[in-house]
Amino acid sequence: MKIRFEPRQSESRTVVFLSPLVAVLFTGLFSMLIFAILGVDPITAVYTFFIGPVTSIAGWAELFVKATPLVLIGIGLSFGFRSNIWNIGAEGQLTIGALTGGGLALLFYNVDSVFLLPAMIIAGIFGGAIWAAIPAFLRVRFNTNEILTSLMLVYVAQLILSYLIQGPMRAPDGYNFPESRLFHDAALLPTLISETRLHAGWIAALFFAVIAWILWSRHIIGFQVKVAGDAPLAARFSGVREKNVTWLVLLISGGAAGLAGMIEVSGPIGQIVPIISPGYGFTAIIVAFLGRLHPIGIIFSGMLMALTYLGGDAAQIEMKLPNAVTGVFQGMLLFFLLATDFFVRYRIRFGALRETPDKESSKKGVVG
Amino acid sequence: MLEWVLPAILTIITASTPLVFAAVGEVLVEKSGVLNLGIEGMMVVGAIAAFAVGVTFESATLAIISGAVAGAFLAFIFGLLTLNLLANQVATGLALTIFGLGLSSLIGHSYVGKTFPGLPKLEITLLTDIPFLGPIIFGQDILVYLSILSVFGVSWFLYRTRWGLIVRAIGENHDAAYSIGYSVKFVRMIVILIGGALAGLGGSYLSLAYTPFWVENMTAGRGWIALALVVFASWKPGRALLGAYLFGGITIIQMHAQGFDVQIPAQVMSSLPYLATIFVLVLISRDSSRTLLNAPACLGKNFQPSS
Repeated sequence: MKIRFEPRQSESRTVVFLSPLVAVLFTGLFSMLIFAILGVDPITAVYTFFIGPVTSIAGWAELFVKATPLVLIGIGLSFGFRSNIWNIGAEGQLTIGALTGGGLALLFYNVDSVFLLPAMIIAGIFGGAIWAAIPAFLRVRFNTNEILTSLMLVYVAQLILSYLIQGPMRAPDGYNFPESRLFHDAALLPTLISETRLHAGWIAALFFAVIAWILWSRHIIGFQVKVAGDAPLAARFSGVREKNVTWLVLLISGGAAGLAGMIEVSGPIGQIVPIISPGYGFTAIIVAFLGRLHPIGIIFSGMLMALTYLGGDAAQIEMKLPNAVTGVFQGMLLFFLLATDFFVRYRIRFGALRETPDKESSKKGVVG
Repeated sequence: MLEWVLPAILTIITASTPLVFAAVGEVLVEKSGVLNLGIEGMMVVGAIAAFAVGVTFESATLAIISGAVAGAFLAFIFGLLTLNLLANQVATGLALTIFGLGLSSLIGHSYVGKTFPGLPKLEITLLTDIPFLGPIIFGQDILVYLSILSVFGVSWFLYRTRWGLIVRAIGENHDAAYSIGYSVKFVRMIVILIGGALAGLGGSYLSLAYTPFWVENMTAGRGWIALALVVFASWKPGRALLGAYLFGGITIIQMHAQGFDVQIPAQVMSSLPYLATIFVLVLISRDSSRTLLNAPACLGKNFQPSS
């Protein structure tokens, strides 16, 4: 029996929603294989990794804490990916947002005002957007590839953080540790559930998802971004300015990443430290794809990716496994997702060729 | 004067060699119309594979071979996804990098703190003893010579052989190449594997010679710089070599300036290679007609027969 792949008439909506689930399933199976290779019992490992972290309220709270930056950045990036603008420097925009937002908290260290937190939020968004404005400007003005410039700026942003934390931002009474002073209460995000670290940032992420959903389904901006990505020529003819779309999607994704950075330092961390994010900006790329570039999907995929971070930590503490396993899982998940997406456009056929394609091939035979 | 020029040149060679491998491999791959953004991932996996095998078996030859094979293995996943399953090349390349960084730190976990004695250097009596030029030309290790050789090899292959012509034809117009009977998938897969092996060799050089120990994420963006070098080189292997040495030079100047106690924060100097990359990219891409002229016309586009 032969197996063939036949193009579908139109993209399959069912497969679009099914393929993330299949990808997760395959990642689960392969991760058991990897655990077996590492010499640990796969069942125990999978339990520790994927179920153990969410068996308590504190665990769920921690899941939302980790999901907050992923969802924020993932939704921001989805704007760019839909319009074929590849901002892969969200990690750098997050870092700058943390520095501008957190910097404000240090600058007004003695000010106890209700306006401090909103000002920090604006500063964070602004910082991230400015960092993303550099690739946007270079792309629009000099046609420079935004993939490379945005990524290079990640390294520059991390060096800026390293400079500031060893110099101007270092705590004056901190025994020369490269850490800032702990933020005052006025500069900290309120927690939602007492005794846990769950903070108001999660609400911001959900709020952003709603705004994005409205933009996509009800607003001309969402429509223009989609057209610019799917049919650039049609977009140009219908008066969508490519340059404006480039600016827009980079500023949105940069601003979202900057906000995520500000939320990290003002929420779970509470000060500025040398390493603010364990790669949220890169993981958010997977989150965006796994969530099908849809705000609601991204909320769920963000939670799943947050679980891989928690699982990695749990596996390290309880099973002495290196938490680098997390990165392997995340990469594998994206591989499987890209592979299963093939079936959005193709279907499997078993057996010999059917009538319609048969005619075509015989026609070709006559002509050839 | 001379007493610091010689070591400076020698260190520039060390800093440039990984970039040469990666950039030349990517030139070859992009010439066939495939954009593989996963160089960073292939390099870092090559680095840990070479280091792990080198430390375990105490053999430089085995280490180098494993580095190349590991790079090619990751490239194979990329080829499978983009050629057979028509996955988006940008997204797949990113996945390759994320996966490679994770896999390498997972494997590298048990190799932290171990050291590799380094690669043996060529020594020819009389020739290597020639003052100044001797150690530069006749005193390098095998990978340095191999990197230069790969530049000439790829250049010769692309512009002097029939198969090179086919690769370029597929990169310019895959539909036309397919209709006159060439297997686009097969040719691209071979080229992707070679590109992966070269990136793996670049990574091997990092962990075997550049620093003789394993550090997590030790490629530090070199794979991405190599990508920029391809644009800088206008997709020409010889210019990629030039570009790689230019960047190696910037890295070394930066390190030496830190040594000379210049009153500039170390972080400013460390950011130089990244800022220089952006600057060079702007200079090159400013003239959009030039980029269009040099870039393979099918770059980044997936091939579907009969559509």
